[in-house]
Amino acid sequence: MEKEKLKDLILSFLPDAEIVTDKQFLNVTVEKGQIHKLAEFLKKTTETCFDYLFCESAVDYADHFMMVYHLDSTKFRHQMVIKTKITDRENPMVDSVCDVWIGAEYHEREIFDLFGIKFNKHPDLRKIFLDNDWVGFPLRKDYVDPINIVER
Amino acid sequence: MKEEDFKDNETLELFKKEGGNVLLSTVDALINWGRSNSIWPLTFATSCCGIEMMAAGASRHDFARFGIEVYRASPRQADVIVVAGTITNKMAPVLKRLYDQMADPKYVIAMGACAISGGPFFYNSYHVIKGVDHVIPVDVYIPGCPPRPEALLYGVMQLQRKIKLDTIGKKKKSSVDI
Repeated sequence: MEKEKLKDLILSFLPDAEIVTDKQFLNVTVEKGQIHKLAEFLKKTTETCFDYLFCESAVDYADHFMMVYHLDSTKFRHQMVIKTKITDRENPMVDSVCDVWIGAEYHEREIFDLFGIKFNKHPDLRKIFLDNDWVGFPLRKDYVDPINIVER
Repeated sequence: MKEEDFKDNETLELFKKEGGNVLLSTVDALINWGRSNSIWPLTFATSCCGIEMMAAGASRHDFARFGIEVYRASPRQADVIVVAGTITNKMAPVLKRLYDQMADPKYVIAMGACAISGGPFFYNSYHVIKGVDHVIPVDVYIPGCPPRPEALLYGVMQLQRKIKLDTIGKKKKSSVDI
């Protein structure tokens, strides 16, 4: 599906979505509460059919987190990105998309482990890489560890 | 490689010449000849250095020519562990266990920048052991990122040279205190 058509389709579903097109992807930024709804819509609509979440990641912008979902359709071979902002750094929380794309399960466990973002309704949210007694979230910008990290 | 060709590192030979060790008996000479010419490495590689190690073992470089004969999949059968790659905090206990499971005499080669010092992960990293010698005692360090197979061959030949100066009278220290 063309980017312009996709943009119109998403705007008709969520009129307040922010849409930016770059060289590669169509980037759609939505409110935190709408991310699950949008994910489900993009997967189930026949014209879009985004059936493959090829990357789910989090970015720390120091004052907020951004969840980034890279989507692909194995049927139409088109791609897009959906994003959502998490402003609460103390108790960051977002809806899980595990029930839409099962592959999100491990991505979300990794994000939970390294950023401390919690996912509502995730079936098995526990640490994946770090030791079970690890304290802190190493990929956060404000993470400090004077013992193990040599700063430069 | 002939011993005269190693002119850059004579510490061990000089140490021996000065009487720093027990006399090398004929038995020692025989045992060391056998040990140094049949070093079996453990199949253990954690990153790109492992690819170079495989290249060194494959037909082009073929380090079986020097007696580093066959990769063993069990630490019980291995003589040398080539630490080829980054050792993370989570991998360190596994490496220590592998080393402990190897039968004496056992040798360690730290291959590449990551195994020597943490390499590119030295600064600003929370998860990498900064030098594998924090975990297990190292016999030979091979610098490079990753070292070429020739460098590994050179390192292994240095190890063989080291083994040849060993003696059965001395007990080899097999572990370090962390």
